[in-house]
Amino acid sequence: MSAPLLEVRGLGKRFSRNGRPVAALNGVSLNVAHCETLALVGPSGSGKSTLGHAILRLIEPDSGGISFEGQDLLALSGGRLRAARARLQMVFQDPQAAFNPRATVAGVIDDPLRIHGIGSRGERPGLIRKLLERVGLSPDLGERAVHEISGGQRQRVAIARAIATRPSLVVLDEAVSALDVSVRGDILTLLADLQREENIAYLFISHDLGVVRAVAHRVAIMDAGRVVEMGEARQVIADPQSATGKALVAAVPRLRCGISTENA
Amino acid sequence: MTIIHRFLKTPEGLAGALLLAAFVLVALAAPFFFPRDPLSIAGPALLRPFQDWSLPLGTDRLGRDVLAGIFHGARTSLAVSLAAAAASIAVGAIVGTLAGFGGGWTDEVLMRITDAFQTVPGFLLALAFVSVVGPSLGVVVAAIALSAWTGPARIARAEVLSIRERDYVASARVAGMHPLEIAFREVLPNALPPVLALASVIVAQAILVEAALSFLGLGDPNRVTWGGMIAEGRTVLRSAPFLSIVPGIALVLTVLGVYLAGEGAVETAAKRRSLA
Repeated sequence: MSAPLLEVRGLGKRFSRNGRPVAALNGVSLNVAHCETLALVGPSGSGKSTLGHAILRLIEPDSGGISFEGQDLLALSGGRLRAARARLQMVFQDPQAAFNPRATVAGVIDDPLRIHGIGSRGERPGLIRKLLERVGLSPDLGERAVHEISGGQRQRVAIARAIATRPSLVVLDEAVSALDVSVRGDILTLLADLQREENIAYLFISHDLGVVRAVAHRVAIMDAGRVVEMGEARQVIADPQSATGKALVAAVPRLRCGISTENA
Repeated sequence: MTIIHRFLKTPEGLAGALLLAAFVLVALAAPFFFPRDPLSIAGPALLRPFQDWSLPLGTDRLGRDVLAGIFHGARTSLAVSLAAAAASIAVGAIVGTLAGFGGGWTDEVLMRITDAFQTVPGFLLALAFVSVVGPSLGVVVAAIALSAWTGPARIARAEVLSIRERDYVASARVAGMHPLEIAFREVLPNALPPVLALASVIVAQAILVEAALSFLGLGDPNRVTWGGMIAEGRTVLRSAPFLSIVPGIALVLTVLGVYLAGEGAVETAAKRRSLA
């Protein structure tokens, strides 16, 4: 493997809460390889979402460095940063809040195509239909308002918007947590298909270890703004070394196991 | 349809809608009923109302038809108030959005300018502006907008401050959208409803300011205005009080109608929110 796709080095960010500074990120270092899914897990308030936002430059970190595709991401600004965003996308947790309440389905997918100059004005409606089909939606859905469609459909539209510019990394910030369990599986399958076909790497932020075990290649466990454990997904979940990792694994409900041991 | 229905069900809304409809109809019908110049002489001077049915509301000191003046004056009031409201809401919304979305120095500078305009009494500002530039319809509109844009600016800024933290604004940034496009395409349209609620207050205020300017002789001299008619009647207030009273009543009813309609709209919006 050559240089990693994304490399985060010693990232730090302090917020002040009630006048006291709180370290949301405290020297976080990690890297993501091409076509890899790195899951970022941790209890709430551990800084995993802050890290996701910092990688997308939605929050400015105080210290440390981020390099993406060999480029120093923190050194970019203005037009060069906006151009770089084509390769680095994000899907938000709440698909309702992530769209302008006035937007139409075609409109939200058109935005990244128009901004990054993909396709002419005449070609874009066809590209939008293709993207909708790509994420398993009817191309006729484009006319509808985003608030009219279901939560699962909305998250598929969010994924279509994210992959419209052919990014190499997508940050999934609790992207399936707000969805119905029955829909969740379909979305995870879609994400896995897209990864295989389009060579996309994911930074999969989640607190659900069951989902993480299903999709992630590697896992990084965060607590209090630092990475406390990192390794192969199976290995970390089967035998966590850190206290936080043990607590997270212990918190996964195991109803069926409990019943089977009782019967044995 | 249901919103209009619910609006008309509130007593304020119904009364306001009726008064406003009458006002707009009068303004639109003026050139059909009174095709002649309302400033031209139509009969004997100082004819009392209800004496001659071809001149039902009588004539003023120069023999000009009072009813024709009321009809054509409604046109001026309507044009000035709508233009002034539109201009002040447009300017206020843009300034408020830039201040709220830009933050930092942009916000400080724009809001201090807003403060400066707010500390000067609005009417004084309009008076000074018209005295310097000279009276014409466009200048009167600009003068009224000059003092009325600060309210919409403050409300738009407050809305924008809450909207800019929403996920869809972050999502637009992730898509690589230019900050100005985010401000005006994603944020401003969602910040607009509470700003538009101010429209009725501004329209009512604009009608009164325009009348007051005309009363002081600072209106457009080539147009009939209710304020100008009241001023005209003032010199013969003892002998022919109707010359000031008739346009005064028209003014009161119109402003009342605008306020009531505004109240009705607020009431409807509140009910809708409690139902949702």
